[in-house]
Amino acid sequence: MADTLKLYPARPEKVYFYGTCLVDLFYPDAGMAGIQLLEREGIEVIFPDDQTCCGQPAWTSGYHDDARAVARRQLDLFPEDWPIVVPSGSCGGMMRKHYPQLFRDTPDQERAIEIAGRVWELTDFLLNVCQVRLSDRGEPVTVAMHTSCSARRELGLGGTGPELLSQLDRVTVVEQARAEECCGFGGTFAVRHPEISAAMVTEKVDTLTATGARQFVTTDCGCLMNIAGFAEKQGHLLRGQHILSFLWERTRDEAGEEGAASS
Amino acid sequence: MSSRDQILQRLRQRRGGPLPTPEQDFSPLQRPPWTLDEKLARFRAAMEPVHGEIHDCRDRDWVVELAALLEAREVTTLLVGNGPAPLATLSSSAAGLPELMVYDEPVDNWKTHLFSQVDAGLTTTRGGIAETGSLILWPGAEEPRLISLVPPVHIALLNASELYGTLAEAMAGQNWSSGMPTNALLISGPSKTADIEQTLAYGVHGPRELIVLVIS
Amino acid sequence: MTDANTNDVRQFHPRARAAIDNPQIRQNFRRAMDGLMDKRSTAFKDWDLEALRTLGANVRQNALAQLPELLEQLEARLIANGVTVHWALDGDEACRIVAGICKARNARTVIKGKSMVSEEMHLNHHLEQHGIEALESDLGEYIVQLAEETPSHIIMPAIHKNTGEISDLMHEKTGTDRSTDVEYLTASARQQLRAKFMAADVGVSGVNFAVAETGTLCLVENEGNGRMTTTVPPCHVAVTGIEKVVPTLQDMSALLALLTRSATGQHITTYVNMISGPRRPDELDGPEEVHLVLVDNGRSGIYQDDELIDTLRCIRCGACMNHCPVYTRVGGHAYGTTYPGPIGKILMPHLIGLDEGRHLPSASSLCGACGEVCPVRIPIPDLLVRLRQESVDGDHLHPAVVSGHGAKREWKESLAWQTWRLIHGHPAAYRLGTAMASRLRALQPSRLGAWTRYRTAPKLAGRTLHQQVRERRS
Repeated sequence: MADTLKLYPARPEKVYFYGTCLVDLFYPDAGMAGIQLLEREGIEVIFPDDQTCCGQPAWTSGYHDDARAVARRQLDLFPEDWPIVVPSGSCGGMMRKHYPQLFRDTPDQERAIEIAGRVWELTDFLLNVCQVRLSDRGEPVTVAMHTSCSARRELGLGGTGPELLSQLDRVTVVEQARAEECCGFGGTFAVRHPEISAAMVTEKVDTLTATGARQFVTTDCGCLMNIAGFAEKQGHLLRGQHILSFLWERTRDEAGEEGAASS
Repeated sequence: MSSRDQILQRLRQRRGGPLPTPEQDFSPLQRPPWTLDEKLARFRAAMEPVHGEIHDCRDRDWVVELAALLEAREVTTLLVGNGPAPLATLSSSAAGLPELMVYDEPVDNWKTHLFSQVDAGLTTTRGGIAETGSLILWPGAEEPRLISLVPPVHIALLNASELYGTLAEAMAGQNWSSGMPTNALLISGPSKTADIEQTLAYGVHGPRELIVLVIS
Repeated sequence: MTDANTNDVRQFHPRARAAIDNPQIRQNFRRAMDGLMDKRSTAFKDWDLEALRTLGANVRQNALAQLPELLEQLEARLIANGVTVHWALDGDEACRIVAGICKARNARTVIKGKSMVSEEMHLNHHLEQHGIEALESDLGEYIVQLAEETPSHIIMPAIHKNTGEISDLMHEKTGTDRSTDVEYLTASARQQLRAKFMAADVGVSGVNFAVAETGTLCLVENEGNGRMTTTVPPCHVAVTGIEKVVPTLQDMSALLALLTRSATGQHITTYVNMISGPRRPDELDGPEEVHLVLVDNGRSGIYQDDELIDTLRCIRCGACMNHCPVYTRVGGHAYGTTYPGPIGKILMPHLIGLDEGRHLPSASSLCGACGEVCPVRIPIPDLLVRLRQESVDGDHLHPAVVSGHGAKREWKESLAWQTWRLIHGHPAAYRLGTAMASRLRALQPSRLGAWTRYRTAPKLAGRTLHQQVRERRS
């Protein structure tokens, strides 16, 4: 299931930025961090204003007509042959792996396949296309990395988060037990099967806190909402952050970087 | 229409498109051509951790080794097949063997006796497999199946020269595709289970002990 | 085609809850699954696992592509070898066939080796109703039968019980001493079952692989009860799903290598038992009659669909459930189905319909751990999504085919998705809606049903990303 035959593009001049609906509503700082990290690499970031949702919640719920209708609007957003970067393994996975399935037997099939081939999760893109080199300006801290199941298994990105973190010399990364096990979010799974989801997130929080770290970072807002929300409600001293927010905060210049204006 | 015909018809008249028939690459299963010594070492390394007991013998003294093993276990009856080998060797040996019981009647005549009065069974083998620590048995008229199953101790004679690297090599080397016997077996240790809280226990239904005399 | 446990299937939610709240179940399964995952990963350490899995997938794919021809070839060779071959459209017919064979022999007791298909058929129940006693001989199945339960795992049926529970059970039902000495318990079971092997009129077994080229039925096991079952009684009846046939012994060897390592981390099981016929005139043991019952029971239906057909590749190793975070938490019984875990979720809807099985496809976070370990590369998460679509009739372009489709479609959810579609399909409406939501975030309810039962609600940001990007631009 891992995307083992990826052919990375050469570093481009421009990319499309697909923020995702969770980032838009709940974690825009992660989106802004992603944009600024890209601009710092000298890439012009194009943010299509008409972006809404990749369609995944309806797709995984089986409502494929509805998913397709919304996803079709997203296909219109990327007319140029630029990479499409996404700050989410889950939405990135939806677009890269499932858009071809969703648009099977439709006039948009070819276009969907073409667009899917241009989708890149942001940590993957920063590491393997931009070849980013990060300089740590933050205080020493210990963090744990939580890679989402989509990033890990749909996109084969189990290593990108840890690798980016390893570039920060004042960050100690600890690994929780059963790191590959799902946190229990699974989109609508968390509300359709709340007790099972709760049992899973309980163990995830336990293994994270057992590392001694007070903080975790993750590639996905769904996991973030789930783990951090649970930890908060249950009174655990565990804070979470999107990895892009974390990376930007630790590496930004004190004076603040002025990114290139995006069109 | 019979059920058979209905089933076959449904399969033949399937709704979907043509089914893919991908290439099959068996190379991931292949192993390098090990020497006899390497095969013997691997055979031991695979079988001993699962409580198989292996003794190296020469052709001239395996009976003596056998007698010692049986005496140590206080075996009083040893079940053997009715064919010439290994019965002839055993009968003519001076070693202190227990009473030999020859399996030459249908089991239906003496089932209870087999299940309760036989301490050990001795069989030949058709070779072995080094990679998995397995013995190849093709029971038949001369060496019936239950010898290697019912008695609590099973002793098997393995000729070192008949040790193959892998199952695929054994099947090819012995041309299994040209026809299989009523029953063919791979035996890779004594009977065991982990059904009780994943704790290993030996001698569930099959033999508690498997002893292999490797003859070279 | 109905499953006698229909009540149980629909009770997934309460059963899952009960399992989650039961510390013993949680502990038993956590420990057991951790152990099995470790063993599997150790067993594959020195192999090119991905290439092996591809081989496994291709072997199964090729077998499925030629299924009708292979079944005919298998039948012809088996008949030439002296085996009687029967075909059953469904589980009920298969039960009648087995009962018929028993009746023809005036059989009173049947001893059984492990067979998931026989569970699927509810064979034991059928035989009992016809005055024939059916006894399980696999230690795990024996324990489960004593407890009058069903297996909770397809490879380790009694995995939900710990030693103390088993000791109590055996004491109550068979008079053994209470003891946590596993050797003692095992020896007691051995003694009790030996008498049964000797006395049984018919032995019933499953089949792991049926090889067409030689007409050979392959069974794998560690205990020896399979060999006993297929050798001691005068009649052996093997039952199998029609999808289990492979063309050649070489194909079988590839699948065997994957099966034992994926299931329990063993390079091989203690016994690999290959049966090609009944006792020959000059042979002194073995059954005088051997039968094979080929069971369809919904498989030819799965076979019709280009996507769903991958379900039939399964070699019943259990790796998927060993790695499933849901299964680990709720255990096998919560599903209420013959096959639990991920394979159960994609297979059972075809056997019992999506009406009965409506909760099955959604009981997954789609984490993909199952698909990652499946030795024959069944795309389980994709099939779960497909079955979710079928359960709500969610795709007019690809009309549903599974019996009971649409059973989970309810007007409230359908309306919710239509609303979602309206908003997200119209960017201006979306931007307006999200801007308003974030403006009014102080009014955001802190209680959001199932989510906030366990977690704080996610906090709407002051300005959406859209807004921030716009502001930055200007």
